[in-house]
Amino acid sequence: MMNRRIFIKKTAAFSAMAAAATMVPGILFAHEQKHDNPASDITWHKAPCRFCGVGCGILVGTQAGRAVAVKGDPNCSVNKGLLCVKGYHQIMCTSASDRLTKPLIKKNGKYVEVTMKEALDLVAAKMQETIKKYGKDSVAMYTSGQSTIPEGYVASKFMKGAIGTNNLECNARLCMASAVAGFLTTFGADEPMGCYEDIEHADVFVLWGNNMAEMHPVLFSRMLDNRLRRKNVKIIDLATRTTRTSKAADISILFKPQGDLAIANAICYELINNNWLDKNFIEKHVVFFKGKTGLGYGLEDKFAFKDEPEAIDFDQYKAFLNDYRPDKVEALTGVPAKEIKYLAALYGDPNLKVVTYWCMGINQHTRGTWANNLIYNIHLLTGKISQPGNGPFSLTGQPSACGTAREVGTFTHKLPKGVVTNKKSRELAAKIWKVPYERIPDKPTYHTTEMFRAIDRGDIRFIWIQSTNPLVSLPRTSRYRPALAKDSCFVVVSDVFPTPTTDVADVILPAAWHIEKSGLYGNSERRTQYWDKMIEPPGEALPDAWMTIEVARRMGFAKLFPYSKEKHHEEIYNEYRQFHAGKKHNMAPLSVLKKQSGAIWPYIEETGRSTLWRYNSRYDPACDTTKDFDFYGKPNGKAVIWLRPYEPAPEMPDNEYPFWLNTGRVIEHWHTGSMTRRIPVLHQAVPHAYVEIHPADAKRLGIKHNQKVKVISRRGQTVLPASVNDRGLPTPGQVFVPFFDENMLINDTTLDAFCPISKEPDFKKCAVRIEKV
Amino acid sequence: MPIKSYIVFPSKGKKDLLRQQLASLAGCEVIPALNKDVLILVTETFGNHEEDALMASLEKIKEIEHLSLVSGYSDHAIHDHNNK
Repeated sequence: MMNRRIFIKKTAAFSAMAAAATMVPGILFAHEQKHDNPASDITWHKAPCRFCGVGCGILVGTQAGRAVAVKGDPNCSVNKGLLCVKGYHQIMCTSASDRLTKPLIKKNGKYVEVTMKEALDLVAAKMQETIKKYGKDSVAMYTSGQSTIPEGYVASKFMKGAIGTNNLECNARLCMASAVAGFLTTFGADEPMGCYEDIEHADVFVLWGNNMAEMHPVLFSRMLDNRLRRKNVKIIDLATRTTRTSKAADISILFKPQGDLAIANAICYELINNNWLDKNFIEKHVVFFKGKTGLGYGLEDKFAFKDEPEAIDFDQYKAFLNDYRPDKVEALTGVPAKEIKYLAALYGDPNLKVVTYWCMGINQHTRGTWANNLIYNIHLLTGKISQPGNGPFSLTGQPSACGTAREVGTFTHKLPKGVVTNKKSRELAAKIWKVPYERIPDKPTYHTTEMFRAIDRGDIRFIWIQSTNPLVSLPRTSRYRPALAKDSCFVVVSDVFPTPTTDVADVILPAAWHIEKSGLYGNSERRTQYWDKMIEPPGEALPDAWMTIEVARRMGFAKLFPYSKEKHHEEIYNEYRQFHAGKKHNMAPLSVLKKQSGAIWPYIEETGRSTLWRYNSRYDPACDTTKDFDFYGKPNGKAVIWLRPYEPAPEMPDNEYPFWLNTGRVIEHWHTGSMTRRIPVLHQAVPHAYVEIHPADAKRLGIKHNQKVKVISRRGQTVLPASVNDRGLPTPGQVFVPFFDENMLINDTTLDAFCPISKEPDFKKCAVRIEKV
Repeated sequence: MPIKSYIVFPSKGKKDLLRQQLASLAGCEVIPALNKDVLILVTETFGNHEEDALMASLEKIKEIEHLSLVSGYSDHAIHDHNNK
């Protein structure tokens, strides 16, 4: 057996060689790659990566019941053997010394260890007691885009099918809801039409509100590789702050916060006025609509909004765009008219294939649905959609935001297929779940922000939080932390590590981590990936799905949850697949997913193929074959170009709070940092958060790099070291703070305003002031 | 004590010289790319003092244009692994 130290040295060398391959395409270390491979007694298991929504394939090496190494899976078409720095080191978090291994119950203000049986008995009893006393809608579950597909599925079945409440939400509301609402309003069906193979075909990449170099580094590497291999490939970065992505891009365009709405309309103005349109495509496949304007921002409790779509014609749409002539938009957005015209010319050139990628900048937006619609407008006007290298593509931040949150439907309004307001969707769910149809309520209850407001008001009396850390990730945690700590709500938290959310729990349930259970994730490109359990979880930790099943059984729903402990993930997936049977969303059987690194739905079983481009009859089996394109999510098969105006942000800088606050992530840390801050190499690389300030602002305020400053909003404050001329460069009048650090909670200051259509909060724009400490 | 790996970019035309210099340092192993001006450096040290000394030595090498840390395994992790 190879000495462990030698093995680790070999692994370190292989990690560096693989990382070098991402930076220097074509690089060879032939001798070392072929020989001296780490110990032969290592068994390698395939899985998707635990972190972001890219869904890179990893190979985890296990030896004597322990995970000892990770490498990129060369057979996975997502990453082709590449990984980012987080991916390589992910398994190291499992050995963190403060790992949760025993259930804990708070007694007289102190946590005491109990058995899992005792803990689950208490959870079930409290839930039952609460329902009896306050009704079904007094209990809630808040899950995650990191929950596996089986975990999300049993949560939905438990809440909606067994208990009969729509009080189920997940943290994907904070990151993907605007993308979902955008897809649904424009195409009538969720999730991107293209896939990552677009990267190999596109000539132009427009990255919109998306620091891909740090957030989706493997896809960004593939893009850079494409640019190196082919001539005339351009990367355009449209952002409100200069990032590593901007620096690698061919052109960096900075715009004022909220200006994206006007820029997209100005591009459409240019496309129409220069006749850079695919008229045949528009005529055959597009209709025009407008909706309500002046929607509000959801700042008040119990805010309600319902859109009223109204059909319009092309001329009305063209007339609306007259307000968005590039020279008019220049003043509003800070983007020179010539740059807007240049962008429009790229989109409008029939000889160029264009992919637009976006993520949180567009989605976390009080007009997030509109922003998504507006990007689709550009691609629909030019017919650059649903073809290799042409298309709009919304990237995700969590490994199964698509697979679990969106496809299983762990939102208040969703069911595994369709929505609760649709009778047919409820009937299908009732049939597969074997529950009375009447039990599934036909009205959504609380979206995420409103769910935590309901806890604050005392309307929700019990909540079970699984696999997420809302007291770091919610907006305006300064309200929701004390809310969750109130005695009026019994709080159960399942997690792998202690977090600020477990700090307020009445019961803490230790959860199995990623490779300590079997599961399935669904990534950004509609790819479903399966993995087998590789190692045992520590102590009494269990998979979230199994804890849900155990509680459901204790509450009298045993017949609905007849799964076996060993194979529950398989049994649940096979049951879940029934929801999506059919040409539009057929999911690959488990036997296929066990053999290969995922399959993209709709999966064609007859040929064993994934559908790489939806709505294009050359690729998509669900299309009407008499048409070239068929947007079958809409009854008439036509996509919608929406008239969506610019509207200002709800809170803008003023004399008292003169800076825009933008929040986000860094490459080393993933979301709230509960995993990556326990990986020594990542923690040491970025040990704490910071506030980026433009050098001119720093000079004016007399602030030096690393000097501690206070970021203050109308809702709260936090102290952080200043970052001047370091990693990112905000525009003057703007500051940026990464949100991963639970010791520097920037979300205490953010605003809980949201898009009235998607209900996704805006973490990118509020007003703050900066004070020296 | 830590095992780390780095990607090292040599100054122009200095790849071979840099390879020799790095290989001569205690605790350093060097893997050169076959076809590009890139080296992989794997370091192994047995104490904070030794780690600091190695870092100081690396900082003095003018032939290093850029050095990028890829992976690091702590003493705790290695010790933990070796004892199980």
